[in-house]
Amino acid sequence: MSLTRRDFIKSNAIAVAAATAGVTLPAGKTALAGEDDGIRWDKAPCRFCGTGCSVLVGVKDGRIVASQGDPDAPVNKGLNCIKGYFLPKIMYGRDRLTKPLLRKKNGKFDKNGDFEEVSWDEAFDIMAEKCKAALKKSWEENKGKPVTKITSRVAMFGSGQWTVWEGYAAAKLMKAGFRSNNIDPNARHCMASAVGGFIRGFGIDEPMGCYDDLEHADVFVLWGSNMAEMHPILWSRLTDTRLTKPGCEVHVLSTYRNRCFELADNGMVFTPQTDLAILNFIANYIIQNKAYNKEFIEKHVQFNKTPTDIGYGLRASDPREKKAKNRMKGKLTKITFEEYAKSVEPYTLEYASKLSGVPKEKLLRLAKVYADPNKKVTSFWTMGFNQHTRGVWVNGLMYNVHLLMGKISAPGNGPFSLTGQPSACGTAREVGTFSHRLPADLVVKKKAHRDIAEKIWKLPEGTVPGKPGYHAVLMMRKLHDGAIDFYWQMCNNQLQAGANMNNESYPGYRNPKAFVVVSDPYPTVSAQAADLILPTAMWTEKEGAYGNAERRTQFWRQQVKAPGEARSDLWQIMEFAKRFKVEEAWPPELVAKAPEYKGKTLYEVLFENGNVNKFPFEGKIRDDRGNEYDNDESAHFGFYVQKGLFEEYASFGRGHGHDLAPFEMYHKARGLRWPVVNGKETLYRFREGYDPYVAKFNPNGDKGDVYFYGNHKKNGGKANIIFAPYEPPAESPDEEYPLWLCTGRILEHWHSGSMTRRVPELYRAFPDAVVFMNKKDARKYRVRNGRYAKIQSRRGEIICKVETRGRNQPPEGLVFIPWFDAGRLVNKLTLDATDPLSKETDYKKCAVKITRA
Amino acid sequence: MAESNDKPKSASRRQFLSTTLKTAASVSLMGVGLGFYAQRANALPPMAIRPPGALPEKDFLGACIRCGLCVRDCPPKILSLAQLGDDLPTGSPYFIARTSPCIMCEDIPCVKACPTNALDHSLTDITQARMGLAVVVDHENCIAFQGLRCEVCFNICPIRGDAITLEYRHNPRSGKHALFIPVVHSDACTGCGMCEKACILDKAAIKVFPIQMAKGELGHHYRFGWKEKARAKHALVTPDPKHRYNLPEGVKYDLQGKGLIFEGKQGAAPNDTPFSSNPLDTLNHNRRSGD
Repeated sequence: MSLTRRDFIKSNAIAVAAATAGVTLPAGKTALAGEDDGIRWDKAPCRFCGTGCSVLVGVKDGRIVASQGDPDAPVNKGLNCIKGYFLPKIMYGRDRLTKPLLRKKNGKFDKNGDFEEVSWDEAFDIMAEKCKAALKKSWEENKGKPVTKITSRVAMFGSGQWTVWEGYAAAKLMKAGFRSNNIDPNARHCMASAVGGFIRGFGIDEPMGCYDDLEHADVFVLWGSNMAEMHPILWSRLTDTRLTKPGCEVHVLSTYRNRCFELADNGMVFTPQTDLAILNFIANYIIQNKAYNKEFIEKHVQFNKTPTDIGYGLRASDPREKKAKNRMKGKLTKITFEEYAKSVEPYTLEYASKLSGVPKEKLLRLAKVYADPNKKVTSFWTMGFNQHTRGVWVNGLMYNVHLLMGKISAPGNGPFSLTGQPSACGTAREVGTFSHRLPADLVVKKKAHRDIAEKIWKLPEGTVPGKPGYHAVLMMRKLHDGAIDFYWQMCNNQLQAGANMNNESYPGYRNPKAFVVVSDPYPTVSAQAADLILPTAMWTEKEGAYGNAERRTQFWRQQVKAPGEARSDLWQIMEFAKRFKVEEAWPPELVAKAPEYKGKTLYEVLFENGNVNKFPFEGKIRDDRGNEYDNDESAHFGFYVQKGLFEEYASFGRGHGHDLAPFEMYHKARGLRWPVVNGKETLYRFREGYDPYVAKFNPNGDKGDVYFYGNHKKNGGKANIIFAPYEPPAESPDEEYPLWLCTGRILEHWHSGSMTRRVPELYRAFPDAVVFMNKKDARKYRVRNGRYAKIQSRRGEIICKVETRGRNQPPEGLVFIPWFDAGRLVNKLTLDATDPLSKETDYKKCAVKITRA
Repeated sequence: MAESNDKPKSASRRQFLSTTLKTAASVSLMGVGLGFYAQRANALPPMAIRPPGALPEKDFLGACIRCGLCVRDCPPKILSLAQLGDDLPTGSPYFIARTSPCIMCEDIPCVKACPTNALDHSLTDITQARMGLAVVVDHENCIAFQGLRCEVCFNICPIRGDAITLEYRHNPRSGKHALFIPVVHSDACTGCGMCEKACILDKAAIKVFPIQMAKGELGHHYRFGWKEKARAKHALVTPDPKHRYNLPEGVKYDLQGKGLIFEGKQGAAPNDTPFSSNPLDTLNHNRRSGD
């Protein structure tokens, strides 16, 4: 019974803890009245998903001390999810990076050295040296080539979490400054297939509907979207409609039971990839029962087919690619309605049910709600459709169903692709930070589009290269192959996010030929593999703008200063541009076309061009309540940087269906849904009365009728129904690897967990990734709930705990592992098969085996 | 001593003396006999939860010989032995859910280790353990009650979907969101405390209490009729003969379900025109209102 002193202290501590955490009854408000004095409140959109909730940020003494859901925000009405609740804490992780860090040996940069603190000057010196060498080498390689053939050894991987102006400045520096189209956002992993679907179907990107559909639909159908966890506040709206609207139904389709099934009236677990067949069955059902909207089809729809057997976006040397008859092809061929009807005819109820494993009565119930002209149906999808080797196809098949019925572009009726990132729409898509895009749906491939960009940017003709650059997955392969010498990753964690990391991205990052820069607030997996790490300001440490999934653009002011020497992505991009004379970036013949730029820096050419530096900065930003805010970038560069960039960017889309309101409006409003024409927002696009562009393009159209003006030039404003068949996935389970692996997210953690895993409460709520699996499979493969198991694919292996009773309940033959955990990198297992059209990776399907660890 | 009375030093000296005295008293108590001390402190503090299979508190204290074998065999080492100065009988095993909840080992090693059956060896299925009962004690601070999307307790619960369920309610404040209210069910909750540990509030809104503290008790005279009926699998009193009603054409009445049913579009009242399907309604209505 000896009692050591330490034990005694410990037991006392427990007693104290017990007393403090004791059974005191709720005491109402815990905050004392005086505690909130002197807090300055201002609005900001949430840093996480594409829902676009607004929060109020409370600042005192230069620190965010409090937050609250914004009660006046129409999206969330004061609510937050568990991540949004902890927003202020993501800024104050213990290991925030505050100084540039360079790998060094004996005082010099060395790819195999240890990270040492360096000044920004030294960081930019080595960066510029490496970048200039890469530019020079590219020049030599491009000698004599026309602008449409130019390639580059400089690449940047950006983000749908960049603010609008950061993405815009980055795209401008890359495409015009460095003349490299090798810029792609992590949104490539997220909604590139949705973009492909929109462009092919409607000739213009982004959803026609808005979140008001959540209150107006009679039926909701979720296709590969775990909205309950991934868009928590939207799910709360959908649930409320289900609860309060008589006759409202919820249908959920997924490859495993997830939390949406808790509410589902018709929950369907289907075999991976067979969504293609189910959608064709629904179209066939509609046609067989003559339920289609004949008038709508005749007026507004054109029928097409797409080339089949297009491969899986793997390296050309892969046997699966060699076998593909129409590798990467996507050119549409017009067909008749009758031909289309014939194409979907084989997709009978029997066939769809057999292939998908979904009982017939469930499929029939689903088909009937789409075919019922009196039911308003909104279909939502996220990564289940987009991360798909036939992602563009499956997006299109969804539109086919809605278009056959004319259930589109009306409150409660529409196909709705949700985005995963806070500004996948606002930055990645609208600004066009993709390897093939320019702002406002323009593309680099078309000369007329490049001309527009060059004119707005005041640059000589032929500055912007006409060949699309390397997309996200290709970038990893090119890095691995030594075709990229300078690679800058910003505002994301690609090494953890990219598929097949053992064989492509990791060897790429560590390729001795490449210099890899990672800008991040925290030491992420990517940062660990970098050569230079730049400490980065995040969220409200800078003025920002995001665009959510319903075309809502939202602004925020800088609330606090970034810690130490951390600087925003915008500052980094613009400051780095000062390191280059035009002559170092452009060949002499291009410089000769713009003699006025001779001897100037890229910074002067791109950002002191009379547009970007048009608006003066008066030292402080003021709101209508008399509060003052810093703006570190504007103070540094000497003009209102964000406003100048925004206004120049907005000039791309104004008058062209992408109208944004004047800059100041967004600081006053909780977001506006574009196109904003004459100060009025647009809720539903393509329908007269809701969308002012319809009357402009189709002045003689009927009142309230639709007109798909994105295809005005192409086919007279018709939407495309595109037939595509079922084709098997790139890799399916076999004897050696008998299980499907599906990856994804969970409610508590955001993407790679670099922010949320640094919030102790969120870490405690879901500390490490687990493998969700069926109890029967656990028994079969002799692994136990709560114990470690080894999961192996042809590409790698990881170890994590088994969860058979968790929130996700896979059917036999499938396991699910979330990817947020830096300690269990599930992308060692995944295959880098992509949609050959959208180049988006299929993170939902590959084959694995599981054994006791 | 009087001269130094207002100096803090003297106060701390006094404190020191009093602490020493207390310790001395404790030591002397130990001399008198642990049994006596244990009896005096038999009111278990609410945050201390007994291991799985523990007999009712009084029987448990009688049977437990304070050997510590359950503590030794606990794989995640969450069990502790009460120590001198704790508010529970010295040497008896317990855990604190907020810091170290029970992970519910399938083979229940702590019970197996117990030499006296103080932890009942008839417990072989850990899901049948009743260590305590989780209670959502603070509806004002639990963010789920305000409509925030948390549900961490629901998600982490090892008896998923049975011990804690979510009750969906309309959020009248926002008007367009739902509330996802966690509800604990005593017929499934083992009292493991995972929920209390995971609660993301600074102080947990869901807490595990010993069952006798957590449970209310229904008046002995009263029964919940629907539960009795479910248990009996038939109505205790013979159901009514079929009811018949005077109803206008196109209207039905579902006695046990929806009440009035208007046949027509999607079960809604046929109000697509201002007129009833029965012309007499229109005619008589006009006559009654004197038009």
